[in-house]
Amino acid sequence: MYNRFFTLHGVVMVFLFIIPSIPASLANFALPMMLGAKDVAFPRINLMSFYLWCAGAVLGISSMVLGAVDTGWTFYTPYSTTTDGSVGLMVMAAFILGFSSIFTGLNFIATVHKLRAPGMGFFDMPLFVWGIYATGIIQILATPVLAITLVLLLIERTFQIGIFDSRIGGDPVLFQHFFWFYSHPAVYIMIVPGMAIISELIPTFSRKTMFGYRAIAYSSVSLALLSFIVWGHHMFVAGESDLANVIFSALTFLVAIPSGVKVFNWLSTMYKGNITFETPMLYALSFLFLFAIGGLTGIFFSTLSVDIHLTDTYFVVAHFHYVMMGSTVIAFIGGVHYWWPKMTGKMYSETWGRIGCLLVFIGFNMTFGSQFIMGGQGMPRRYFNYLDQFQPIHAFSTYGSWVLGAGLFMTAINLLASLKIGKQAPDNPWGGTTLEWQSSSPPITHNFEEQPVLEHEPYDYRHRTVTHV
Amino acid sequence: MSTSTVDLHPEHPHGPGPHGDAGAHEHDPRQQHHFTTMEQQFDTSKIGMWLFLATEVLTFGGLFAGFGLMQNRYPQEFVEAHEQLQRLAGALNTVVLLVSSFTMVMGVQAARNNQPKKTARYLWLTVACAGIFMVVKAYEYTHKFEEGLLPGVFYHHHGDLIAGSHGYATFFSFYFMMTGLHGLHVLIGMILLSWLAIRAKRGEFSDKYYTPVDLVGLFWHLVDMIWIYLFPLYYLIT
Amino acid sequence: MSTHTEHAHDPKAEARVYIVTLVTLLILTVITVGASYINFGSGNVVIALTIATIKGSIVALFFMHLRHDKPINAIIGLTGFLFLGIFLMFDFIDVGTRTNPQPINLHAPPAATAPANAPATPAPDSRKE
Repeated sequence: MYNRFFTLHGVVMVFLFIIPSIPASLANFALPMMLGAKDVAFPRINLMSFYLWCAGAVLGISSMVLGAVDTGWTFYTPYSTTTDGSVGLMVMAAFILGFSSIFTGLNFIATVHKLRAPGMGFFDMPLFVWGIYATGIIQILATPVLAITLVLLLIERTFQIGIFDSRIGGDPVLFQHFFWFYSHPAVYIMIVPGMAIISELIPTFSRKTMFGYRAIAYSSVSLALLSFIVWGHHMFVAGESDLANVIFSALTFLVAIPSGVKVFNWLSTMYKGNITFETPMLYALSFLFLFAIGGLTGIFFSTLSVDIHLTDTYFVVAHFHYVMMGSTVIAFIGGVHYWWPKMTGKMYSETWGRIGCLLVFIGFNMTFGSQFIMGGQGMPRRYFNYLDQFQPIHAFSTYGSWVLGAGLFMTAINLLASLKIGKQAPDNPWGGTTLEWQSSSPPITHNFEEQPVLEHEPYDYRHRTVTHV
Repeated sequence: MSTSTVDLHPEHPHGPGPHGDAGAHEHDPRQQHHFTTMEQQFDTSKIGMWLFLATEVLTFGGLFAGFGLMQNRYPQEFVEAHEQLQRLAGALNTVVLLVSSFTMVMGVQAARNNQPKKTARYLWLTVACAGIFMVVKAYEYTHKFEEGLLPGVFYHHHGDLIAGSHGYATFFSFYFMMTGLHGLHVLIGMILLSWLAIRAKRGEFSDKYYTPVDLVGLFWHLVDMIWIYLFPLYYLIT
Repeated sequence: MSTHTEHAHDPKAEARVYIVTLVTLLILTVITVGASYINFGSGNVVIALTIATIKGSIVALFFMHLRHDKPINAIIGLTGFLFLGIFLMFDFIDVGTRTNPQPINLHAPPAATAPANAPATPAPDSRKE
């Protein structure tokens, strides 16, 4: 039962929530406007992407109800190829969701190439667009391999073809190669849009031009490309050859560099800026702190000798929650607050937004910071039973999750309540310089009355007008 | 703000609402509202199709990778198993698909040159070639079923040199998966091409708008390209 | 609206190009089938894949019009192949260099000089990963 729960948690969070979250919601809304376009390149494919997501969601949830899956969201063989349960259904759900992701990425890449406003070259685009563009590249190149992996898994279950199960001549590590070739770039599908949002929040709320615009643009794309050559670091103890281990370890150190570049650029942007602490900025600051921890702890795992001790412990659970939740979800919530006035035409309550952010931050660190300690002491992951010595930390982590939950709940109520009782939002409540703030709040169907033309550099704060809320 | 706006439709304001006033619109009725010119729309569609083709390369490529790695694992079994494949049938299929690629590109050219009947004819020829491909494929499959050369657990061929080895079943598992997936794409192509041929006959394509023909053509050439790699890897390598 | 505005729109010349392309592809097919009957050892794979790549490139350049198109389309197509190559390369590096490592302190179990009722010392695990 415990195994089923963490499988469900993983599948829902990874495939249904985080991967679609920012691209499908915020980018869908903001990217065309930031480019001065009326819509994405292929609106009907966009809709199909949504329908596929719905179908995948229904199928995935059904698979848990109808048969239950306890393999973990990673579906490692040979357990997943031989166990009973509705693995087949869940795998099909993931397959469909993969195509939803592919179509979204396809749409955004085409949009960025062909639908920019007159006068907007690639290096005049907002950095949010660069991030979503880089994400699209990953979605196009990585997700098809997931598709074929899942198909092979299904066929192995049905026909026992002998590709992943060593008892019938296969290689379980081969499954992991196939799986992680997608799933490592997938985590960059998760984080790069989060970084993209931060690249919008920080200049806006520091009222200062982004430091190192080109560096951030290049690091977004290089992060996308580098993410494809490090997947073996998930398999250091799985039976990879030593040479492959060493190569992947070295390359994983490399992939940390663009992330570091971004963090330093964001900090430099804030330096001597005119900073205010509205809710989106609080989330951006939380991101900086939490991503630093999450990213750095990733480096622990690229070191082969350390990885042997820490792999499959709570340390890795803490690491990926710091990057996936502490960074991506935090950035997502920050972005939701940032564009909320534009999307809905209403202002949420700043006070409650800030309190929510504080609770989320505190609760998150309680929940997952303690897991670093647990993991370092050897508590394995995906274990239902554990030694008595871990009981206090488990309890503390659980209390933290209640605080986190309260913060999230408060945030949700704050946002939803604003729809009824919020003040009418102006066109540009934050003084942003990107094109979406030129349209009305909320925008008309075709975004702009007339085709806007770009006449200044991105993040040019000399020419913007300030509308005080 | 210092950005100005340029009105690209000087004759009428492009506000929200349905396309009621057909007379006032200057552009081709097939031009979608978020594009400013048909050329932009065509170029964008092409990029979209190439992006989709890239995903297809990686999907089939994954299967090729699996095949290659399994071949590395069972070199002798794979060599022996591939002797069972009919080289000439495969070569014939290769020729047929190459010819179909030719008829396809001629069809695209005809569409671009305002020749609806010629377009339809070439498209139907492409469908015919695809049909021949599927017939040859069916013949090959029948032979495999008779010999017991089936995927995975269903493999029951007799007379293998290395008795009890899983390699033979694995070879045929991959054979059926790849040719099956490829065959599925051929079928989908046939349906799309037939639909296009009917539309071409109705005169829907011209030098102003032949996007669907071009895009399906790109898809069809990819199907051909996949077979160009599949044929030597399965049928020819010893 | 065509993107082929650079070259003269001469359908006959174009058709000739397509026919030459087809014939080239057919000749290459004959060559690759013929080469498969000769035993070049490990060279067979190289020859077959090289000819296949040439054929694929010809299809892409001429039939798929990449020669006249904007470069972005070719870049997208090539990137797909490039990343497939990355996947293959690392997989083969792993599979091709796997060894069966023995611990460096592996030694035989102690000789049976202990009393007969003492439990035997188990041998060190020889499959340590």
